[in-house]
Amino acid sequence: MKIKDIQNDIIDEFAMFEDWMQRYEYMIDLGKSLPLIDEKYKTEDHIIKGCQSKVWVHAKLDDDKLIFTADSDAIITKGIIAILIRSYSNQKPQDIIDADTAFIDEIGLKEHLSPTRANGLVSMIKQLKLYAIAYQTQLN
Amino acid sequence: MFNVQKIRNDFPILSREVNNKPLVYFDNAATSQTPIQVINCIVDYYSNYNANIHRGVHSLSQEATDKYEQARQKIQKHFNAAHAHEIIFTSGTTDAINLVANGFASLLKKGDEIIVSAMEHHSNIVPWQMIAEKTGAILKVIPMNQEGELLMNVYQELLSEKTKVVFCNHVSNALGTINPIQEIIDMAHKVGAAVLVDGAQAAPHLVADVQALNVDFYTVSAHKICGPTGVGILYGKEDWLKKLPPYQGGGEMIAEVTFEKTTYADLPHKFEAGTPNICGGIAFGAALDYMNAIGFDAIATYENELLQYATEKLLEIEGLKIYGTAKNKTGVISFNIDGLHPYDIGSILDKLGIAVRTGHHCAQPIMDFYKIPGTVRASFSFYNTKEEIDVLVEGVQRAKNMLQ
Repeated sequence: MKIKDIQNDIIDEFAMFEDWMQRYEYMIDLGKSLPLIDEKYKTEDHIIKGCQSKVWVHAKLDDDKLIFTADSDAIITKGIIAILIRSYSNQKPQDIIDADTAFIDEIGLKEHLSPTRANGLVSMIKQLKLYAIAYQTQLN
Repeated sequence: MFNVQKIRNDFPILSREVNNKPLVYFDNAATSQTPIQVINCIVDYYSNYNANIHRGVHSLSQEATDKYEQARQKIQKHFNAAHAHEIIFTSGTTDAINLVANGFASLLKKGDEIIVSAMEHHSNIVPWQMIAEKTGAILKVIPMNQEGELLMNVYQELLSEKTKVVFCNHVSNALGTINPIQEIIDMAHKVGAAVLVDGAQAAPHLVADVQALNVDFYTVSAHKICGPTGVGILYGKEDWLKKLPPYQGGGEMIAEVTFEKTTYADLPHKFEAGTPNICGGIAFGAALDYMNAIGFDAIATYENELLQYATEKLLEIEGLKIYGTAKNKTGVISFNIDGLHPYDIGSILDKLGIAVRTGHHCAQPIMDFYKIPGTVRASFSFYNTKEEIDVLVEGVQRAKNMLQ
């Protein structure tokens, strides 16, 4: 599936919820399905700065696609990173680099996009894209 | 008679909704809300007598100068300082602490010792660390126990003729502990050390009498006591303020300037370079008027009731642990729930219209001490109610059910 299609799916799923509590409950569930990072990568090198909670992300190239794994010590943050990874993982680095982040706004997480927001969603997206740029350079 | 409903009517913001829920504001230790009397004072300033102060010969400037200096006198009276010129207007507590720390840079030498408490805000640690690095002075720490109380016997051992300055908060922002500052000051003075007390968190709950305490420096931020942001004060004993060199150069703080030499203005202007936050200073005075009209005794009694009620109710939640259980505390409950991240709890409370703080509260050493990433902090003010505490407790319970 293309990134855009996955993002549209996520938008559709979030549209079903009437209030914030339901959305948060869904995010908590999504967090449980997050492809977990191998414990050995839970090091300072893999921590995303700028989050009130700890977030670790790892990327590896599988054929020509990037596979992300991650974890966080906070459950809602785990849900947020799960949404990101669902749309960016198993994709070509160049597609990840080119993808926009408008769907975050559409699923009602816009406030989390503020650069000063303590959950560091912006830092997470930046880090995923940085991995993509690094691997794209390798592929070239 | 203390009437919380009548008081709440003074605060326009308390009637707004957040995320379609009535706002429950429990982040008072970060900043307090502003009563209409103070808002009106700000509007009045800009509507009627906005002018630069001290130097203008015109009437408007004189009017603004009078109001600004009257505010200084109000603050002097409130904290019972001996002289109005011992009250230095600053941009807040952080600025006030930096002013003193920088002043001490010229008085400290290698091997001198400065003592800090284990429960300081970063703003009362970092400026002194910077000065210690610069001068070669040694930073020592008064440890605390699990309840969040300073170990006074260790403090006694740390003190010596090498100690030059001790700095400690009056009330801890992260734990709510009221520190025994009278003892801390008296013990420091016995070895000839100066004491700076950070009063940012104490000022909204109790009145410090700086002369009775015999404290050398006391700092306050207006925005924690119903005033505007960007203004605060440093109280300093006249002798100390004369001894410290100026902090910033500029207009207002000079007596005479030539390219060969500049002589500095008298107190307080020596430390007030540039155009100050004139409106903020005047509104700070209005905020003290407002709080004094209610009365700090009534405020303290009511806030203690809230604190006790909230403590009892929150502790009924299984797995909830409160950090900071000092016998003498005020205003703040810092807590965690077994296995849950404070950030998760705070995010859900926000969606319920409840404003709390999560994280390390600019006091990382305290979090390290308890070996936790942070806490959820609910902090109370005299305009909060028991009904709001019920909403908080229900919200925490709901967050817990969702997250576990």
